[in-house]
Amino acid sequence: MSLILSIVVDGVAYGMILFMISVGLSITMGLMRIINLAHGGFALLGGAAVHLLTTHLDVAFIPALLAAVLAVVLLSVLLERLLYRHIYGFNELGQVLATIGIVFIMIATVNLFLGSTILPLGVPASFTTSIDLGFRTLPFHRLVVIISGLFVLAGLWLLMEKTKFGIYLRAAVDNRVAAASLGINTPVVYLVTFAIGAGLAAVGGILGAELLPIEAYYPLRYMVLFLIVVSVGGLGSVSGSFVASIGLGILDTAGRYLLPGLGTIFFFVAIAVLLALRPNGLMGRAQ
Amino acid sequence: MKLSKLTLCLMASAFSITGAAARADTIKVGVIATFSGPNAIWGKQFREAIDVYVAQHGDEVAGHKVEFVYKDVGGPNADASKAAAQELLVREGVKYLAGFDFTPNAVAVAPLTKQAKVPAVIFNAATSSINKQSEFFLRTSFTLTQIAQPAAEWAAKNGSKKVVSAVSDYNPGIDAETAFSASFERNGGTVLEKIRMPLQTNDFAPFLQRIKSSGADTVFTFLPVGPATFAFTKAYNENGLRAAGISFLGGGETDETTLNALGDQAIGLVTAYHYSDVHDSPLNHSFVKKLQELHPGSRANMASIGAYDGVELIYRMIKAAGSDGAKAIEAAKGMEWESPRGPVKMDPVTRTVVQNVYLRRVEKDADGKLVNREFATVPNVPDLGFNP
Repeated sequence: MSLILSIVVDGVAYGMILFMISVGLSITMGLMRIINLAHGGFALLGGAAVHLLTTHLDVAFIPALLAAVLAVVLLSVLLERLLYRHIYGFNELGQVLATIGIVFIMIATVNLFLGSTILPLGVPASFTTSIDLGFRTLPFHRLVVIISGLFVLAGLWLLMEKTKFGIYLRAAVDNRVAAASLGINTPVVYLVTFAIGAGLAAVGGILGAELLPIEAYYPLRYMVLFLIVVSVGGLGSVSGSFVASIGLGILDTAGRYLLPGLGTIFFFVAIAVLLALRPNGLMGRAQ
Repeated sequence: MKLSKLTLCLMASAFSITGAAARADTIKVGVIATFSGPNAIWGKQFREAIDVYVAQHGDEVAGHKVEFVYKDVGGPNADASKAAAQELLVREGVKYLAGFDFTPNAVAVAPLTKQAKVPAVIFNAATSSINKQSEFFLRTSFTLTQIAQPAAEWAAKNGSKKVVSAVSDYNPGIDAETAFSASFERNGGTVLEKIRMPLQTNDFAPFLQRIKSSGADTVFTFLPVGPATFAFTKAYNENGLRAAGISFLGGGETDETTLNALGDQAIGLVTAYHYSDVHDSPLNHSFVKKLQELHPGSRANMASIGAYDGVELIYRMIKAAGSDGAKAIEAAKGMEWESPRGPVKMDPVTRTVVQNVYLRRVEKDADGKLVNREFATVPNVPDLGFNP
């Protein structure tokens, strides 16, 4: 019994990190039909900014987190205006090449100034204490991640379902030409969505850094993982990303508890079977 | 076509060897390593250690000027390594090869070293069997058996009865697991379980929960330095293994270049290894001091010491044999010298250095920096995994 609870707790914590980083990618891919391989780069930049602020400038963790996320959002607005705007018009190969080029620039920049080794974040001491759950202990930062993930999920749900912007966004995801012809200012919808996606990636990168440590090659090291979440969840679907992240987190964790030697094979076979049965992902609609 | 090209290359290199021997003024050393990409730290550490050695000992040996030529291969890449070696031998006319951070990069140049009769000094690649591929390989780093076997003997003598071995699922990890388990069982201990963790693992909590409930008193581990080490040591603490009294016994996990990133949770981790940058000897102090003077902010690690001793060996070979590779190899066998890591000897059979293995514990030094403090020594360990 405690084994099952352990699998669920560890799997959910791992899945929440995947969710926070990947959901932005899923929305931008679904909305703008752009393959933004630079998405993980925003998580890296957020993490690197917190590293700089907390370890070099002695800023406390929470203000550093807010400043870093804000900086990443501003940068993403700038990039969207100057670069991505042109990339939207490229064909798929062109998009892949252009955005992977942006990843290389981000990696090289971090590498040049901060080096290629792990960049520790100055997290509060309470983060690393363990909490007794009765059947086992759980590091506090995992609890923070689980709770933040739920907040992100709730926030996105409210935004998508209860605001005017959400209506515009869903309309633009469903049919962008029709949405534009009905007077929705789609370029602004794109810009805001892109910035939200980048900001969420930064939050996920920073909060998840205890598990996926920040280092210059972060965006490439975990790119496949994020893309798996998006493809399993279905493009453009918040709930799909959530179910996929938690499901994959639990699946991967269960594999490691029960079949430590075969865990990875188990994981990839399960994904292959799922995608064979549902090529558009769990919640994806046929394109 | 490919064959004739290779023959041409070899002829050219043979000519360049005779041509250069006649002049004998500058001897070039080709350093093949990773200077770019995620593993660029290897090349950086090699180059900085070479700078220190040259700054301390000059660039002239027995009338020959020594020049280092660096070639980047961008990571574990056998083809690039072979191409780099070919270019160094043919175009640059190097008389010694050196570097080799990853095993496949070393193995790839084995045939070339034999054909061109050029000694290749391995600064890192730690798989025992490499040296069997060519009699021109000399190794100034270590092998996994050399570390894991003394670790097992020490653990068995110091209260460990039941061990779980948890290593990354790749060749060095498996070598470490094999050597450790065999030796630990020979010494009366029990290995409860051998876990091989996939290289792509991000979340180690499941493995550590499993180890915690297995009833082991010690976990032996070997992981590649980087994110895996970071996440594993964190998970060891956070899942309460330390609190439950399960000892940690590792190898290179507390590498100096990433140690500070592991943070305070690393304090108390025990590892068995051949070099710590706080090894207490005058030679090591002057090495570390010079490194900091030339490259502020750098820390010496096992890659630095591999390169530093590698250059020491090359200088000694040049002194003994100039640019005659075959003669140099014979001269190198049995050479002994004092290294910043302690006494070393080039084993004439395995061609890997015989050296002390130290048991170390992570501590915070006076400046608040995390260091590997040595507290026990297993003297003069040869490469125990070499079976010719």
